[in-house]
Amino acid sequence: MLQNSRNPGCTSPEVKTGTTIMAVEFDGGVVIGSDSRVSAGEAICNRVMNKLSPLHDRIYCALSGSAADAQAIADSVNYQLELHSIETGDAPLVRAAASIVKNISYKYKEELSAHLIVAGWDRKKKGQVYATLGGMIIRQPFSVGGSGSIYVYGYVDAAYKEGMSKDECLAFVTNAITLAIGRDGSSGGVVYLTTITEKGTEHSIIPGNKLPVFHDE
Amino acid sequence: TTIMAVEFDGGVVIGADSRTTTGSYIANRVTDKLTPIHDLIFCCRSGSAADTQAIADAVAYQLGFHSIELDELPLVQTAANLFKDMCYKYREELMAGIIVAGWDKRKGGQVYTVPMGGMMVRQPFSIGGSGSTYIYGYVDSSYKPGMTKEQCLDFTANALALAMDRDGSSGGVIRLAAVSEKGVERSIISGHQLPKFQSS
Repeated sequence: MLQNSRNPGCTSPEVKTGTTIMAVEFDGGVVIGSDSRVSAGEAICNRVMNKLSPLHDRIYCALSGSAADAQAIADSVNYQLELHSIETGDAPLVRAAASIVKNISYKYKEELSAHLIVAGWDRKKKGQVYATLGGMIIRQPFSVGGSGSIYVYGYVDAAYKEGMSKDECLAFVTNAITLAIGRDGSSGGVVYLTTITEKGTEHSIIPGNKLPVFHDE
Repeated sequence: TTIMAVEFDGGVVIGADSRTTTGSYIANRVTDKLTPIHDLIFCCRSGSAADTQAIADAVAYQLGFHSIELDELPLVQTAANLFKDMCYKYREELMAGIIVAGWDKRKGGQVYTVPMGGMMVRQPFSIGGSGSTYIYGYVDSSYKPGMTKEQCLDFTANALALAMDRDGSSGGVIRLAAVSEKGVERSIISGHQLPKFQSS
């Protein structure tokens, strides 16, 4: 899933957020989470990067793939969404944000190599999670992404239950990202979590030594 | 393919899906990837079907001969080493990921994994095949040391079902076998009986 593209004249490999990102809907909002590792080849150039980027007050996106591409998309969407929200005079819908991400991802799909998961809260449909991989848009009860996500498809399929509470969602995301960090060399560091509800956003960080421990550690 | 083996006190549980593909065509949807090497020693095969069948046949012959010379049941570690010797020597030509599991009187139930490249290591449980990447998180979170045979069977069936749901190259039925001093108990899970999860 991650290719190493080499630029003639540039000595270091491209910077990637080889990553694990995840978002889950619950009744009243969403929980969105990520690891914190950014790698350039074998080196970790940032071990504490927050990959959860705000697109608006109650809409966040999680970045994965090429760090530059993902940040460029997020910045562009942030700008377009702010303009849209001023024109409509209202808080933007989560689907609107996801659509703008999708439009950019699809139009430039050959040039870009980044995948953003968009999650947030709006008045109309409350908590929503949208995946935009490859330039499509699909709403899901939960979504995982990044290089580490393949290792936890089985876990999230087994552990997901409908109607989880906010705390259950936080535990679900923390466990899944921790398990992915355990197997994916491109994911690591701390776990960043953001909860988005009608009331606003709550952020938390779980450092490496406070992550859940599984049998072989 | 998804293959798996788990040790328990007194034996091992092994399991596999049943899909063999050539490209997108499913050449065999009821494959048996659990191959006996000796009375109480099995191997789970993944990778090239031709390569793994050839290796298993060769090892079964060598082990049978060795067991006659010894006049005893062979050790699982011996079988694993024979697989390792072949897979390492011909590593450039072969595409074979094998899990060796069985029971012997010296160390009881044992699981040895011989992945592509030809290393060999004993593990409390092991997963392999293309579908295994999707269930690393699940097995890491669900495995507990000291499980009973029935718990191991459930653990294996659940893990294989999850992998079969996500991996296009895995599917069909779940074949299970429990190997212990008493012998081998084979079972099959298909259709409606496959474990279901809320997310599906």
